[in-house]
Amino acid sequence: MNLDSLLPNLGEWLRGTGPESDAVVSTRIRLARNLADYPFTGRGSNAQKAETVARAKEAVAKADLPYRLDYHDVPGLPALDRQFLVERQLISRELAAVVEGPRGVAFDAQESVSVMVNEEDHLRLQVLRSGFALEEAWADIDRLDDALEARLPYAFHPQFGYLTACPTNVGTGLRASVMLHLPALGLTKQIDKVFRALQKINLAVRGLHGEGSRAFGDLYQISNQVTLGKSEAKILGEIREVILTILQYERQARTVLLKERRQAEQDRVARALGTLGSATMITAEETMELLSVVRLGIHLRLIDDVPATAVNQLFIQTQAAHLQKLVGHPLDGEERNAARAKYLKTRLRELGSSRQ
Amino acid sequence: MTCMFCERPATVHLTDLVDGKKREAHLCDGCARDRGLIPAGPGPQLDLTALLGLLGAARPAVSADPACPACGLTYGAFKAAGRFGCPHDYDAFRAALDPLLERVHRATAHAGKVPAAARAAEADSLRGRLRDAVAAEQYEEAARLRDRIRALEAQAEGTPG
Repeated sequence: MNLDSLLPNLGEWLRGTGPESDAVVSTRIRLARNLADYPFTGRGSNAQKAETVARAKEAVAKADLPYRLDYHDVPGLPALDRQFLVERQLISRELAAVVEGPRGVAFDAQESVSVMVNEEDHLRLQVLRSGFALEEAWADIDRLDDALEARLPYAFHPQFGYLTACPTNVGTGLRASVMLHLPALGLTKQIDKVFRALQKINLAVRGLHGEGSRAFGDLYQISNQVTLGKSEAKILGEIREVILTILQYERQARTVLLKERRQAEQDRVARALGTLGSATMITAEETMELLSVVRLGIHLRLIDDVPATAVNQLFIQTQAAHLQKLVGHPLDGEERNAARAKYLKTRLRELGSSRQ
Repeated sequence: MTCMFCERPATVHLTDLVDGKKREAHLCDGCARDRGLIPAGPGPQLDLTALLGLLGAARPAVSADPACPACGLTYGAFKAAGRFGCPHDYDAFRAALDPLLERVHRATAHAGKVPAAARAAEADSLRGRLRDAVAAEQYEEAARLRDRIRALEAQAEGTPG
């Protein structure tokens, strides 16, 4: 499959629908799994890594699942394609550019299910869904895990559970991340207070691209830290409770914004759309910040002529690798900023003409 | 208790067990931060390599660096990288692992999903122990074992595959 065929589509996680989608962008669950009798990826020889790839590919191809997972070899992909898959959240930055040797990823046509092979762990199973959907994502990944386990001997320990290269993942190997859009908590300066409370209860807050990334465009990922000593249901239940509380705060803050400064917000949204539609140079960061304002405007019903999915589309298509694929050739930083501005202008004009 | 590096009260306490010897470190918030144990920015996760390095530095290094018989990884190499080399390391470095897991997860035993193969093996071994317990007329133990077997069987029905 040519990766370019994915370009016009939105991955499942960006559909912009799903439960609580006014403030929850997407839900992701990943499971770390390793094959018994092989060293972990970091200590495996290339021959051993090729073996784990071959075994994983076979298990994925024959797994009893209602969808097909297509495997892509990562070392064979050009750097731009790897970055493209990172932007679509199908592979990690580590699999794209940090780890070496035989490795790859298998994913379905919906881009909802993926299996990374030979990242830090032999297998990193992932399910992505739009909106707040922890239970559904768990049901999907549990079934995928069962189907792979039927064909692969997992490294499992009676005391420690699923064994992982890093002891911070041992036990369930489960990391659930919920991506939230919290612009009103940011505007009313309450966001730090919320995050300090989260850290006390052992939940991590990260930016869009995971560990170490800054939060742009009011997007935050909340995820569990503890993987050992609690059942999967308990881990997911704890995250769920916390997210529901944060959502309540965000919605309260939105109500206050509407009540106390509706006019000012309306102006901010109009200016954001104006800048997006008329700039001739624009960075990815500024684009995300402005799209965040537009997204809030949509959910506050300050504008009704831009659909939420269009914002998601602009959000993904203006990222570096997507932009270069759209243009059809590599671009340096300055050229990217110009191409991004041009793309935004064209798309917003199309949206404008279709609504008249 | 005061910080091992300065006079302020210690608020960060670390314990590690290597070769059956307990090693402790006590630091104030500032010294822990200086040594990279507490990240300055958001994110509550302890820096694993910094933590392991400090636990080692708090006492003279053990003379022999134990190695995993399966993959050859030494405990020192694990401390430096924060990553294990193979699944057998969890048994090879077990003594040092419990305090580490206690610190990271506040737990040392798995309480979640069990693969079908491991479930079947565990149920088999429990059935063997149940027969022995009944033969030895240890009925309390037998009842406890029977409950665990039933729980395993219930889990098997809940997750087909």
